[in-house]
Amino acid sequence: MKKISKQFVASPYLVWAIVFIVVPLFFVLYYSVTDANGNFTFEHILDIVKYKDIMLNSIWLGFIATVISLVISYPLAYIMARSSANVQRTMMILVMLPMWMNLLIRTYSLMILLQDTGIINSVLSFLKLPNVHMINTQGAVVLGMVYNYIPYMLLPLYSIMAKIDHGLIEAAEDLGANKLKVISKVIFPLSLPGIASGFTMVFVPSVSTFYISKKLGGNAFSLIGDVIEMQFKASNNYNLGSALSLVLMFMIIICMAVMNRFTGDDDDGGVLI
Amino acid sequence: MKRKMSPMSKLYVALIFLFLYAPIIVMIVFSFNDSASTSVMRGVSLRWYKSLLNDSATIQSLYNTLILAVTSSLSATVMGTAAAVGINSFRKKWVRKTTMSVTNIPMMNPEIVTGISMMLLFVSVAKLVGVTDALGFWTMLIAHITFNLPYVILSVLPKLRQMDPHLPEAAMDLGCTPLQAFFKVTIPSISTGIVSGMMMSFTLSLDDFVISYFTQGPTFETLPIRIFSMTKKRVTPDMYALSTLIFVAILFLLILLNVSQVRGEKRLKNKLDKGAKQ
Repeated sequence: MKKISKQFVASPYLVWAIVFIVVPLFFVLYYSVTDANGNFTFEHILDIVKYKDIMLNSIWLGFIATVISLVISYPLAYIMARSSANVQRTMMILVMLPMWMNLLIRTYSLMILLQDTGIINSVLSFLKLPNVHMINTQGAVVLGMVYNYIPYMLLPLYSIMAKIDHGLIEAAEDLGANKLKVISKVIFPLSLPGIASGFTMVFVPSVSTFYISKKLGGNAFSLIGDVIEMQFKASNNYNLGSALSLVLMFMIIICMAVMNRFTGDDDDGGVLI
Repeated sequence: MKRKMSPMSKLYVALIFLFLYAPIIVMIVFSFNDSASTSVMRGVSLRWYKSLLNDSATIQSLYNTLILAVTSSLSATVMGTAAAVGINSFRKKWVRKTTMSVTNIPMMNPEIVTGISMMLLFVSVAKLVGVTDALGFWTMLIAHITFNLPYVILSVLPKLRQMDPHLPEAAMDLGCTPLQAFFKVTIPSISTGIVSGMMMSFTLSLDDFVISYFTQGPTFETLPIRIFSMTKKRVTPDMYALSTLIFVAILFLLILLNVSQVRGEKRLKNKLDKGAKQ
């Protein structure tokens, strides 16, 4: 009796989750297989082929940004995890502070730095060096992704490395492992779950972004997020937009499935769909 | 064993923080620029701060953001805590697993997909009912509660699992009603999870742009949406002034939070030392 009433407390949430999480996804599915008049059609699903290049480019740029974030964050997380408590605390504040600023503001201020008449080029001119064209390139978009999402890589890496028992490292050293061996055989395998969660936390928003590519990529090229945003906010083609979103969702699910292999299955973690 | 940082590591850390902070520093400096340029400094002035204060639309959007963040985080905290208690007592493993999988969807899905899926729901329902301007405060509130819920549930659930399940039973043996046992025993022992879930919801809601962007209507503008429409045009430094103010506010909050944390730890340490001496 008591158990049943306890389970009952979850019911408002269950109703909410069905109405506002599950049902909306079916709306995406419904819109992607119908036309503007509500008639069944595969036209929009087939249209996706036209956007193949944009999609592959989005995945590619998101992937590069994620790898760069990982390569930059890994040593920093290691250094952070091994410094004194006060230094750790200060560094945490410094990492989180930009994260709490709005994405739009961060991207915009990066844009002023990179402009042809921006600060970096002014400094270069001052030093009598040739100017560099940075804004509206793919490199600028990748830089924007790294800049905005690197804390999401750093934080899981740091929290997992802080947990690594230092005795293990000492034991490996005592048993004759050199520095490289310690990193490849002890630290790296133990930090894999952190890498996996950091990877998804950077990859997912990078692939699906539209603001970063709009501001730093200009009109030179667009990413899948830009195309979807345009269908909903400018050309009012909800059906095509839904079809593209559906593909984006499936892509991400596949990435998650691959990543879940590394993290192992946690009893209550659940899996995506 | 914690070591001192080597000079190489120090250089590395410094370079990364330079990368993270260069744009912010530039923004702060240019918010005091006397001209409208965002690349050439012409004297120092507070004119952009003044023009910001006179911009009633921005002030209104700040107010809207706070209202939305407070209402959505409070609702999500209440519903999410109840949900966590319920989920924790689910007997059947598949029911629990399915519920958690659904809960994970808003966290795993790209924000843009969550945004458009809710927009489609609202727009379709509005069309069915015959309402033309459905998007506004209420749709945004629903969207914010929805993306906040998983964070509350996931921060409360582990606390519930750590709690000794016999405690509420003991309370009831001593004469508490189940409701009293819940409020006097369960809630205090999971309070840290509830508070951290609420804080996270609040900040997520303050900061959200993408989902708000797709569920917003012309009648209710939040700060991120306002910033978005400001950055669409050529920007004058009043946006930098706004960002600088936000930056200072967050810096202040973070320092305050940390100082109180350090103090709490010291107090605890002192207590433990005293206990050890006795």
